[in-house]
Amino acid sequence: MPEITIRDAISQGLKEALDNDERVFIMGEDVGYYGGAYAVTKGFVQEYGERRIMDTPISESVFVGAGVGAAMAGLRPVVEIMTINFSLLAMDQIVNHAAKIHYMSGGQLKAPVIIRTVTGGGAGLAATHSQSLEGWYATVPGLKVITPATPYDALGLLRTAFKDENPIIYAEHDLLYRTRGEVPEEYYEVPFGQARIAREGTDITIVANSGMVRVAEDAAKKLEARGVSAEVIDLRTLRPLDIDTIAKSVHKTNRCIVVEETWRFGGFGSFIASEIQEIAFDDLDAPVARVGCADVPAPYSKPLEDLQIPNGDTIIREIERVIGL
Amino acid sequence: MATEVVMPQMGYDMQEGKVLRWLKQEGEQVARSEIIAEIETDKAAIEMPAYAEGVLGKIYIQEGMTVPVGTVIAVITAPGEEIPDAPPADAPAATPSEVPAPALETAPAPPVVTPVAAAVPATGQIKASPVARRLADELGVSLSQITGTGPGGRITKTDVQGFSASTPAPATPAPAAEKTKEEAAAPPRLTIDQVPETIQLSPMRRAIARVTSASNRDVPHFYVMGEIEMDGVMELRSQVNRDLQEQEGLRLSVNDFIIKASARALAKFPNLNAFFEGDSLKMNKTINVGVAMDLKGQGLMIPALMDVGSMSLVEISKAVRHLAERARSGHLTQEEYTAGTFTVSNLGMFNVDNFVAIIFPPQAAVLATGSVKKRPVVRDDQIVVGQVMNCTLSIDHRISDGAEAAQFMGELKRLLESPALLLM
Repeated sequence: MPEITIRDAISQGLKEALDNDERVFIMGEDVGYYGGAYAVTKGFVQEYGERRIMDTPISESVFVGAGVGAAMAGLRPVVEIMTINFSLLAMDQIVNHAAKIHYMSGGQLKAPVIIRTVTGGGAGLAATHSQSLEGWYATVPGLKVITPATPYDALGLLRTAFKDENPIIYAEHDLLYRTRGEVPEEYYEVPFGQARIAREGTDITIVANSGMVRVAEDAAKKLEARGVSAEVIDLRTLRPLDIDTIAKSVHKTNRCIVVEETWRFGGFGSFIASEIQEIAFDDLDAPVARVGCADVPAPYSKPLEDLQIPNGDTIIREIERVIGL
Repeated sequence: MATEVVMPQMGYDMQEGKVLRWLKQEGEQVARSEIIAEIETDKAAIEMPAYAEGVLGKIYIQEGMTVPVGTVIAVITAPGEEIPDAPPADAPAATPSEVPAPALETAPAPPVVTPVAAAVPATGQIKASPVARRLADELGVSLSQITGTGPGGRITKTDVQGFSASTPAPATPAPAAEKTKEEAAAPPRLTIDQVPETIQLSPMRRAIARVTSASNRDVPHFYVMGEIEMDGVMELRSQVNRDLQEQEGLRLSVNDFIIKASARALAKFPNLNAFFEGDSLKMNKTINVGVAMDLKGQGLMIPALMDVGSMSLVEISKAVRHLAERARSGHLTQEEYTAGTFTVSNLGMFNVDNFVAIIFPPQAAVLATGSVKKRPVVRDDQIVVGQVMNCTLSIDHRISDGAEAAQFMGELKRLLESPALLLM
């Protein structure tokens, strides 16, 4: 099985869609001749032409709005927002229009737009470029929020996204583009709402998504050296959320910690923790613990940023404090 | 406003009660203090008055049902008020307003709180994780026996599993082997009428088991023994009993003298009439002597003679007889169950030399007396025949010490050996 990067996997998924469906087009800042800020669409404009790979002005509200409108009109646009931090400029188009038009038109209209964007910190890009806001979008009914952590899932979930009739936030982690993994040559899809057991374990369940999956795996590896067997669950999609897989895992491990690369206050981890205590109360041997970013804007300083974002040791410390393994 | 009628706590060890009979039906008017039901406790049937005026709106607990103390058994409503269909799901334990208020003028408040709570930590709640609780439940293990090793001493699943593993499982029978000749020659098994019979404990037996175990475990007893010459009491008794018998059909018993003398001695040593309450002593203002009574095979009961300090010997004698009648017919008042401040236990009628009694918490002491017997005694350096009674005082060492107990015993001896003092 060939090993490819997440970047390659996303590129492949986009090309497949462009090749197979002429309604599909891509637009965003520097997606054409620059090849995309993270080089996902490198060479696309040469291959598919300016009509289908469109560079836009620096105005998120304009091009996201245009994408939502195109989707309503029957096209299958892929809108790239350079980072999720800039999506705030298009919040109204996403939350008030894309997410609600199907509902408010009584089902007459659909907005099957895929909004590709980049999430996560860790690259030293400071407070306004380092946030993980996908959890915000996950709170909105009408949106689907996809956060792949492996090349396999990046491709499989993108394929599913192109078949979905709803607006989708497809959030790629800035530090994962070069993550390599096996991707089969045969066609496959990864369904939404089905979490992945990234690592099996018996003593504690670590729930994570996106960039935090590898951090959770790092914690699990360190815990293994201490004789603690941690199960890591990669949510893959925040909405729909696969609470069943978490509950099943907690039934086995009796302990749960939720990791998210954002502030704990009101984070999606609080929703998961609340669901788990409700569903699996009698399985719990300890309170559901949570790990998130330090409650400050992301620092520019690299050493401080490293302290702000959870890492394997942060997770282990929290486990020691709350759960006492 | 609807007033909940709850199963009252009558006696500190009462945990549940049975509704014997409703004397009022749903919809009937009830006055405050009017008897609305008969409740059966471990020890007796008791009439339960209404603590509010109104209409008996709804009966939740039907006759014959047994429920824990504090359970809402009915509700009294104002006329026309809406009646709740069901008692509140989280009916609190009996609250003070619903527990029959003790008559404070004449008696100390009955202790409503069970002092025996060894298994429960100071916080009142065992810290255990949900899965540990579920597992303990499944394994039939009590969380109170398990030491928690989780954060803050929380009992975790591992703790329950560890405890369960360390507790010996019931012995498994050895694998069935071929019968040997020796076994074949072994004595035959028990026949059906030789198999031991299992008899369920009566509620009273259970209550006695609970109270005495708790007392023996939690109350540090110590004992002071004495020998009392009863010639004076016997002489005085025979002098007055002839007239009493004729005039009132009454005879003073030795026990009446012991009760009287105890009350007098208690007045002098009020510590032994007190209740132990953790960081404090409750100094009872009246002397209520509990009299241990044998209920002819049904068990033991210690109803209290109220305010003995103010009673004459004859009054005591009458009161004891009345008390015994009501104890045997199950018609004691709630106060008589709970208000005792000291206990006298007399096995004299059984030809017993001496015995030691267990304190009835929260009382401070119990006096155990044997039979009055003719014995050689030394008087004026001469050995003569005297009538002697041995007695043992059991004392709660948390309340009192040896010196005080000895002085109490000395006072008791002085009073009983000069019984004319008891007429004063």
